[in-house]
Amino acid sequence: MTALLEVQSLSKQFLGSEGKALTDVNFSVSEGEFVSIIGPSGAGKSTLLRCINRMIDASSGEITFDDRNVTKLKKKELKMVRTKIGMIFQHYNLVDRLSVIENTLHGNLGKKSAIAGVLGLYSQEEKEQALRILSVLGLESLIYKRADQLSGGQKQRVGIARALIQNPRMLLCDEPIASLDPNSAKVIMDHLRDISTSMGITVLVNLHQVDVALKYSDKIIGINSGQVVFNGSPAAITKEDIQRIYGSEAEDLIFDLGGIHAS
Amino acid sequence: MEANGQVTTAGQLVKQRPRRQIRVKTWNRSTVVTRATLLILAGLTVYAFFSFDYKEIDFVQAMLATFANLKSMFLEPHLQRFTFGHALYQVLVTLGLAFLTTLFGAVIAVFFGLLAAENLSSKWVSSVVKGVVAFIRAVPTVLWVLIFAVAAGLGSVAAVIGMTFHSVSYLVKAYSESFEELDKGVIEALKASGAGWWQIIFQAVLPSSLTYMISWTFLRFEINFAVAVAMGAAAGAGGIGFDMFMASNFYLDIREIGAITYFILAVAILLEITAAKLKKRLT
Amino acid sequence: MQADFFAKKRRNSLAFLLALAGVTLIAIVVTEYDVAKGFTSVPDAVAWALGNFYPTQESLVKLPGIIDKLVETLLVSIAATTVGAAAALLFAILGSNTTRVNAFFGSISRGIATVFRNIDVAAWAMILLFSFGQSSLTGYFALFFGSFGFLTRSFVETIDEASSGSVEALRATGAGYFSIIFHSVIPSSMPQMISWVLFMIETNIRSATLIGLLTGSGIGFTFNLYYKSLNYDVAALVVLVIVAAILCIEAVSNYVRRVIL
Repeated sequence: MTALLEVQSLSKQFLGSEGKALTDVNFSVSEGEFVSIIGPSGAGKSTLLRCINRMIDASSGEITFDDRNVTKLKKKELKMVRTKIGMIFQHYNLVDRLSVIENTLHGNLGKKSAIAGVLGLYSQEEKEQALRILSVLGLESLIYKRADQLSGGQKQRVGIARALIQNPRMLLCDEPIASLDPNSAKVIMDHLRDISTSMGITVLVNLHQVDVALKYSDKIIGINSGQVVFNGSPAAITKEDIQRIYGSEAEDLIFDLGGIHAS
Repeated sequence: MEANGQVTTAGQLVKQRPRRQIRVKTWNRSTVVTRATLLILAGLTVYAFFSFDYKEIDFVQAMLATFANLKSMFLEPHLQRFTFGHALYQVLVTLGLAFLTTLFGAVIAVFFGLLAAENLSSKWVSSVVKGVVAFIRAVPTVLWVLIFAVAAGLGSVAAVIGMTFHSVSYLVKAYSESFEELDKGVIEALKASGAGWWQIIFQAVLPSSLTYMISWTFLRFEINFAVAVAMGAAAGAGGIGFDMFMASNFYLDIREIGAITYFILAVAILLEITAAKLKKRLT
Repeated sequence: MQADFFAKKRRNSLAFLLALAGVTLIAIVVTEYDVAKGFTSVPDAVAWALGNFYPTQESLVKLPGIIDKLVETLLVSIAATTVGAAAALLFAILGSNTTRVNAFFGSISRGIATVFRNIDVAAWAMILLFSFGQSSLTGYFALFFGSFGFLTRSFVETIDEASSGSVEALRATGAGYFSIIFHSVIPSSMPQMISWVLFMIETNIRSATLIGLLTGSGIGFTFNLYYKSLNYDVAALVVLVIVAAILCIEAVSNYVRRVIL
């Protein structure tokens, strides 16, 4: 398998803050892999994910996506790369007052000219595709509902639909289930896993919950205070690793680990 | 996934032949009213421009004159008829008017705010108070001041009392809304422990709404400063507004207006920054 | 410890009240406010208003003329607000942290709005009186400048509150600047912005009365005419007409807000 994404000695220091949010981060992700990034709150997971599609500019280091150095791209090339990367957010980030189908079609805006984008001119194919994706996600009965009338789990599925309509090579998911109840969380994680397996899309997920990461991932990257402290398969993770990733928070999590490995 | 369990990729999804037109826009009451509102406002605006009484003003020339005026106002300000110290004192007078208005307004508004809060008084009393307040707010402040001026004479008394009307109605609305946000359970708990109405007000309602009330009151003080400037000009209330009125209507001295505007601007921006800081510290 | 807590709280309240009393005293002295007269003038004013300040049968003759002036004032207020809102939308998009092009233009546009907002409409009216004289345009531009400043600040807050999440999402899909504005910022902020515009129209009608007094136009001038000539019955009619107009507009605004928010 070839590496789709490669992160090399990535560091980030925010203006006016002491200490680095990310320090010398290195890892690579292969085509079609399902990778979870785990770590305590404030470890730098969100910053790392946003550096990859340059929602945040890294201070130093290199990010190679599909053989292009993302950190050096000009505005137009960056937009092109972003159309190939879908992003999913903890708070869904939908336009609340627009319908499910309009929110889904927003995923196509990156490919449009300025005028077509402003006027929202979508082709019949794009609309067909939106409908198909929505029905795969079980939202076909809700396409004209306003986004603010949906439940959290439904909103996140619209978020996934918006990302999928981009025909992405990779999905970046920032805490996709942190605001959801356990049942909806399972539905979302199952969909993400399915997208990775059956569509061959690479998925990179920030997660707070170790048990979920162990259950779904091909690979786990553990982060603490902006540094990668674990990088390996879920089977290889040990109590000590968890301790290093989560520090003092680890106590309650280790109990879970035993249960997961046993099952 | 698909009913037959086939593996589907996002790429394949596109290749399906289109079958029917799919509409994207949705129409409901909210979008209809939104568009209607925008259209009506646009229509009225266009109509307004045709109906204006232009009094044969050469628009371009007047615009150019305004720019020239603004230039000499802001770039060459001077104080001719009074000193810097006098101007500063007049600003103080205007601030004094605003302060007294806000103070009286706040004291009266706390009382009526309690009566207007549905969870603290009865529904009937609440709607009567709210109705009266809406009426008071509908009368422009300058008219309140002028109406009082007939009985009290032009001056600070008429100005403060007239301006207090609006402060009361504004603050009653703000206070009662923050009272109404108070958790029902808290009132219930105190009632259950045998506390009376006044005890509930002083032990639960006021303490928990205090930060909101302070930031609303200061915001009103900020507004009252601007109102006091206007009343000085329009209703002889004194202060810096009156000097501005004289410079504008009697001496026709655009540069003096410029200097006065700088004074007003400085105080107003200072108040705005203070209000923003206060709000940040309180919330 | 606990005794200390309550003692400190009481000391703080006492200090606050003393400071308040001090400032009040200064304010009374500086403004030459006659406290006794302040109390006695309220019943005086009420008695006077009940005796003189109400429309009579004869004053109704003036109603058509008053309505004419009211319509003129309403139109000036609405036109100033809508055009001010359009300008404010542009400046708000440039000034908001969510949508600004860069930090430099952001501070410039917010700075311009701050200056316009903090010069009161009455002050604007007196400035504009020089070149536009006693015409509708003086009032129009005064209201326009005031509305522009106020609405810019409100719109910036609205954009930041309502659309920062979806703007981030659309940026992540590679969407262009104008696509983001039209598909995320405008749809999510529009209802709140309309609510602000309606609020501004209500405020502007009241301000227009004041400006009319200062510049000799519109309904404010009409009021002043009858007030100065001691025709209090007609002046009262003018006030009632203004109140009715504002309450009507408030009712319409409240309906629109209920539906769209």
